[in-house]
Amino acid sequence: MSHSPLTPGIVPGRLDAETYSENFSDLHPPLDRHEARVAADRCYFCHDAPCVTACPTSIDIPLFIRQIATGTPEAAARTIFTQNILGGMCARVCPTETLCEEACVRETAEGKPVKIGELQRYATDTLMATGDHPFERDDPTGKTIAVVGAGPAGLACAHRLAMYGHKVSVYDARPKPGGLNEYGIASYKSTGGFAAAEVDWLLQIGGITIETGKALGNGLSLPDLKAKHDAVFLGIGLASVNALGLGDEDMTGVLPAVDFIAKLRQTSDLASLPIGRDVVVIGGGMTAIDAAVQAKLLGALNVTLFYRRGRDRMNASVFEQDLAASHGVRIITNATPKAIHGNGAVREIEFDYTDDALTPTGETLRLTADQVFSAIGQTLQGEDLPALDGGKISVDETGRTSVSGVWAGGDCASGGDDLTVTAVAEGRDAAEDIHATLMGAVG
Amino acid sequence: MADLTTDFVGIKSPNPFWLASAPPTDKEYNVRRAFEAGWGGVVWKTLGEAGPPVVNVNGPRYGAIWGADRRLLGLNNIELITDRPLEVNLREIKSVKRDYPDRAVVVSLMVPCEEEAWKAILPLVEETGADGVELNFGCPHGMSERGMGSAVGQVPEYIEMVTRWVKQNTRMPCIVKLTPNITDIRKPAAAAHAGGADAVSLINTINSITSVNLDSFAPEPTIDGKGAHGGYCGPAVKPIALNMVAEIARTPEMANLPISGIGGVTTWRDAAEFMALGAGNVQVCTAAMTYGFKIVQEMISGLSQYMDEKGMTSTSELVRRAVPNLSDWQNLNLNYIAKAKIDEDLCIKCGRCYAACEDTSHQAIAMSDDRVFSVKDEECVACNLCVNVCPVENCITMEAMAPGSTDPRTGKTVQATPADWTTHPNNPATRAAE
Repeated sequence: MSHSPLTPGIVPGRLDAETYSENFSDLHPPLDRHEARVAADRCYFCHDAPCVTACPTSIDIPLFIRQIATGTPEAAARTIFTQNILGGMCARVCPTETLCEEACVRETAEGKPVKIGELQRYATDTLMATGDHPFERDDPTGKTIAVVGAGPAGLACAHRLAMYGHKVSVYDARPKPGGLNEYGIASYKSTGGFAAAEVDWLLQIGGITIETGKALGNGLSLPDLKAKHDAVFLGIGLASVNALGLGDEDMTGVLPAVDFIAKLRQTSDLASLPIGRDVVVIGGGMTAIDAAVQAKLLGALNVTLFYRRGRDRMNASVFEQDLAASHGVRIITNATPKAIHGNGAVREIEFDYTDDALTPTGETLRLTADQVFSAIGQTLQGEDLPALDGGKISVDETGRTSVSGVWAGGDCASGGDDLTVTAVAEGRDAAEDIHATLMGAVG
Repeated sequence: MADLTTDFVGIKSPNPFWLASAPPTDKEYNVRRAFEAGWGGVVWKTLGEAGPPVVNVNGPRYGAIWGADRRLLGLNNIELITDRPLEVNLREIKSVKRDYPDRAVVVSLMVPCEEEAWKAILPLVEETGADGVELNFGCPHGMSERGMGSAVGQVPEYIEMVTRWVKQNTRMPCIVKLTPNITDIRKPAAAAHAGGADAVSLINTINSITSVNLDSFAPEPTIDGKGAHGGYCGPAVKPIALNMVAEIARTPEMANLPISGIGGVTTWRDAAEFMALGAGNVQVCTAAMTYGFKIVQEMISGLSQYMDEKGMTSTSELVRRAVPNLSDWQNLNLNYIAKAKIDEDLCIKCGRCYAACEDTSHQAIAMSDDRVFSVKDEECVACNLCVNVCPVENCITMEAMAPGSTDPRTGKTVQATPADWTTHPNNPATRAAE
């Protein structure tokens, strides 16, 4: 350990090896068989269950929990994967506290919902540990479909299409498939190379090829894809990051939070990652929280998260906010960045305090900072895209775009709430519509 | 605090909670621990005749079924009577009774169906200073294959005969323990009564197989690949036991026959229910085997609080309190009309009442798009299923309709005067009488 949390500047190795591995272990250690049985016993098997309604992929939660309770977690996993082929990742990253678990009637009854997310992980981990893939591919249809983007939307779409016997070519800009599952999730939510393992497991369905290093405008064009395939699905996410707009963003120490997270996810040696002593994160969503918490876990002494509005407007759930607070992240709300100070490298950052209408109150705050992560949103990137709506590809409820034969889903598409589970639902539903269209059922 | 002292057939104990004849009362060590924990009495585990004792299996003796969170609901056993020498048990009984004179010590007996066998053992028990004997005519497994236990309890003539032998050969009070593995509990009870029994105790365990191992295809508990039926007890059998106790209690000829209530007593409330239906005291086994002897403390405090709240000063005020309200179905008031009512403030919106009613009953619950559940009075027959499946206590209640109001289901006015099946126009017997 060459440095400590007190060392000034952006330096690697602030912690000892044991602390790194402890800090980046599983956020929720998996339930063992006994814990799963006890947790499953609490489910009331509700009629037309509110948790199912709250799940973007409509997993039959009471059924899979009953299957766990009766000692058949593999059957439970099949129930989950039928609706959500990325049920393993969603069990890890879903903000269940604002989805299924918020709707759980035991939340109403006792303020303690059934541990749906952790039970889902128990079931999916059990089946995936066997190495078997629970679905079989239908006879080949002779149809080919291009899927651009190997993130949650693209993978869910590709899997469902492959199940129906179509041939799917998946393209992705990054060196590895998985999208934000691979590059964008906090490390402690997806440990042990789970994202990559999940992709390998998913591909066992067959009929899917993946080519990396390709994106629209970088080796791919939409007209060309359309010409070569029977249908195209765009699940390209939001590849550009929004700038702070303060004019000093070339300064050393200022960078997008998504780049920091991606680098962290791909490293094989956490001790080699440099982190500031005084880190500032700007943003109120999940990415901001993930960056702030992980900065702290890498040994930053002070991590301060700024959000321009009140806490109740933060996109990050209360659970996520509390997670950050419990790791020692200071959250300051109603403050907008005004200027970054420094001579080539950031030294301080200055904020205006603002009211609810974002009008500066006149009070300001200047804070020591050697590293600033911006997490104030991402934007769509690509060439020859279908018609947009609010900066995203305009789609109807089945994922159809303005261009015939082109569907879209996930973060790049209009609607939805930019969650992994929403992307999976949109990819799956688009695949159903593509299949119906290609096979002549609808038209 | 209410006085829980009970006098059961002349046997006094500081409270009505006795441990039943079973593994918890097989040894001095256990019984002393029980008395230290506060139990009012014990029925010592069944003694057999002198000579080489019986032997037990050396594999599992118990099987179980569980509810949510693996809460034990029912236990079955294939254990036999005591497998310790008679003289050891007698010596220990004497020692315990000497040290705990205020507690009830009753000795359970099971010897062959011959008068000499009973004549031989009764003086030995008397000599220990024990307060009474309980005749084990109930065990449904093992010993019954040898002509004892429930093999006797299933033949009323044998019950009467053996009871008479016992009464003729000892001054000790005699309690006859009945098997539930019969068609009509009143017959063996009447036989014991006719034989001179001071009391009956019931129920003994119920013939049962708790489960089947789906890998080895053997009943549980499994001994080297085979299983035999055992005796079932625990909370699951309480309703069966309550009914059998009640059947005896409401038979006029046996109205004065004391009953020791047994079968799934787990809490003070269970005990109070047995007593209200006619039991003078209760015997407990499975609850102690599940949680240890300490549970008696909750039974004591709970029954005391309840009796205080009801203004009862003695357990005798509770005993038989519900017996007058036991009725035949044909005498139930058909003019009593109730409707389910759902308390929306307590409702957690699980929808189980809706599923139960819609799928399996009378389609009498409506569900709105925002999951508000309400009763359709025009369909509700007040079956109570919604109450039973609701996870929240008192969220759904049955409300009686006031006489003079109109039942929207039938369009008829609710009558104040009771009327039962015996006078109902649809009853063929009523029509025949016209």
